[in-house]
Amino acid sequence: MSLAQVVERKVERIAATGNHAAAYATREVDIDVAAIYPITPQVQIAEKIAEMVANGELDAEIIPVESEHSAMSAVVAASAVGARAFTATSSQGLELMHEILYIASSLRQPVVMALATRALSAPINIWNDYGDVISMRDTGWIILFSETVQEVYDNIIQAYRIAEHPDVLLPVAVTLDGYILSHTIEPLELVTREEALKFAFKRPRGYRPVLDPDDPITIGPLAAPNWYYEIKRQQIEAIRNAGRVVREVGREYGKIFGRTYDLLEPYMIDDAKIVIISLGATASLVKAAVNRLRKQGEKVGMVKIRLYRPFPAEDLIKVIEDVDAVGVLDRAVVYGSPTEGPLFNDIAVTLATRGIHKLLVSFVHGLGGRDIFVNDVIAMYKKIKRFAEEGRSPEKTVFFGVKGEEV
Amino acid sequence: MGVNKPIKVLWDIPREERFAPGHSMCQGCGAAITMRHLAKIMDKNTIIAMGTGCVEVTTTLFPRTSWRNPWIHLAFENTAAVASGVEAALKALSRKKIIDDSRRIKVVAIAGDGGTFDIGLQSLSGMLERRHNVMYVVYDNEAYMNTGIQRSSATPYGAWTTTTPIGTKLRGKPQPKKDIITIALAHGIPYIATANIAYPVDMVEKFRKAYEVDGPSLVHVYSPCTPGWRIRNEHTIEVARLAVQTGVWVQLEIIEGEPRVTIKVPRRKHVRHYLRIQGRFRHLTDSDIETIQKMVDEYVEKINKWVGEEAIGPVVE
Ligand SMILES: Cc1ncc(C[n+]2csc(CCOP(=O)(O)OP(=O)(O)O)c2C)c(N)n1
Ligand code: SF4
Ligand SMILES: [Mg+2]
Repeated sequence: MSLAQVVERKVERIAATGNHAAAYATREVDIDVAAIYPITPQVQIAEKIAEMVANGELDAEIIPVESEHSAMSAVVAASAVGARAFTATSSQGLELMHEILYIASSLRQPVVMALATRALSAPINIWNDYGDVISMRDTGWIILFSETVQEVYDNIIQAYRIAEHPDVLLPVAVTLDGYILSHTIEPLELVTREEALKFAFKRPRGYRPVLDPDDPITIGPLAAPNWYYEIKRQQIEAIRNAGRVVREVGREYGKIFGRTYDLLEPYMIDDAKIVIISLGATASLVKAAVNRLRKQGEKVGMVKIRLYRPFPAEDLIKVIEDVDAVGVLDRAVVYGSPTEGPLFNDIAVTLATRGIHKLLVSFVHGLGGRDIFVNDVIAMYKKIKRFAEEGRSPEKTVFFGVKGEEV
Repeated sequence: MGVNKPIKVLWDIPREERFAPGHSMCQGCGAAITMRHLAKIMDKNTIIAMGTGCVEVTTTLFPRTSWRNPWIHLAFENTAAVASGVEAALKALSRKKIIDDSRRIKVVAIAGDGGTFDIGLQSLSGMLERRHNVMYVVYDNEAYMNTGIQRSSATPYGAWTTTTPIGTKLRGKPQPKKDIITIALAHGIPYIATANIAYPVDMVEKFRKAYEVDGPSLVHVYSPCTPGWRIRNEHTIEVARLAVQTGVWVQLEIIEGEPRVTIKVPRRKHVRHYLRIQGRFRHLTDSDIETIQKMVDEYVEKINKWVGEEAIGPVVE
């Protein structure tokens, strides 16, 4: 499709919060079943879906479940019947689902979930960090991070196309930073239902095994040591290969709707000596910091990781090959790890297993919604630069912005 | 769909077996008998959701299965939520004509007492309250059998289990059995019944009605467990029958809140006959047995008052 054709599309632009954008995306892809349960800061997704169903804008069965454990159970089951299923949650709700998250991916059900990220208790805290999404890192889900309200919307539409792809058949989680995206109104370009359904088309029932009286199958049996391992191996292969599909889907989305998505997004990387890597809405701040530093003549760039699982290791290597130093911003911790930044750990392993040596700095910031500003990112950059000048990577994670701790 | 004429005599029970042999349930397993008869009232248009437990692990050892119907298991505590999801999906897909909307597909949820009375109670309550069109069957073997005979809230007073051992200070389960029927009743659902494998005609007829109901229904089935109750394999039916004959278990049917006893017992046997053939009650003294007899008497009185007649008579030796 040519650019002219892209421009010719009549697009409706509205202003929406991330939560509403997520709900609108489910309308565009014509979900069949939604399990809803309130938790801050995701709750307006549930409310909006209920409202759209009540108004006849969306033809879906809503299951107003009594807990998130049941929400996840119900959407996995609905998906097993062949329905397009959706749920949304945050923080404690995700933790309550945890047991079933593994079952969703192991049973290869293409469920899509929106996750308005929020810190985990205790102390109870309703503000943004990535403690919740990081806790589902190893559950076998594909995880897409969003940077803007538009990305939340686009990611959810793409998520169904990815999840239901015959080579994938895995659940997909799409994040939106709690409050920062969930409650912030931004411009949103809508895709019509016809366009969305042409893109994320509903495949004929039966293209994947489902609960069908005409072709009965047993889903979720007991597997003894003689089979369990092979079943897991297939699942590992499925998520490994999902990156290819995520890329294809993101490209096709760009061709049709003018917004192309890849597994990660490099910025000002070509001549950069230092690169800062981050996830989600934090990337917007990093971008602003890079712009400011570039004006001061600093050779700095950034990479935003969009596809967090499966981790785009090859893509990352390609873009950071030539830099000297890498700083990684984590808004979550992995307690007791050699370094406590989860994204940092992935990047360190990616480099180490390929025999690539770079100066690495792990930063944790913004836990429990502690704000960070462009100046903070600049301070972190300066810190990386200092380490680079000294020629050594710090062995420990730097906890940025803790009261009483100097960085 | 299903069986559309009432089951009045043994010959009315369908001969078709939708529950295949070759599973690994113990000899004399009451739950196996429950499953076989339950499957008989289904037709191909039934989707089964099952919770983790004895039946699940013994009937689906990959790559084999005993289930001739579409069947799904996710975990232990969420059978009702899984059934809710299946039912909602069927509704949506029928409405959108992805599934032939003239076809009535019924969802049957099956779980043990642990998966229902204890860990699955919340999800059951949610499903009943939301009025999903699901038939829920709890096969009650009065303990967590799959993990090796641990007490549940369905374990009766005084019973030995591995977590209610017979010691010098504590002797068996100190609390009585939870009343799941009253809990179900509180949800105002259209059909609730208790059933017992020693009364197959009554049991299958209740399955049939629960299946036919449009809306949530619950059937609570007494299902002896040979190793768990320490009974002889050939005593399964005997124990099940004695449960009814002594009034320990009453065969109830509650339609739209109206209760009746379907198997009346004009003259009850003393509870001793029931307790003495089960190893799990071996430690009970005569006075313990009298305590249990009093508990049964009170239960029977309560039931008779509720149904408005003397459906269960006095103990006559
Ligand atoms: C969340 C969770 N906790 C505990 C278990 C272990 N578990 C598996 S089956 C079972 C007992 C099931 O008891 P019941 O529902 O009465 O069924 P039965 O085995 O007696 O047929 C237990 C405790 C589990 N699988 N999941
Ligand atoms: S342990 Fe009990 S319930 Fe389980 S299969 Fe054996 S007899 Fe049946
Ligand atoms: Mg049990």
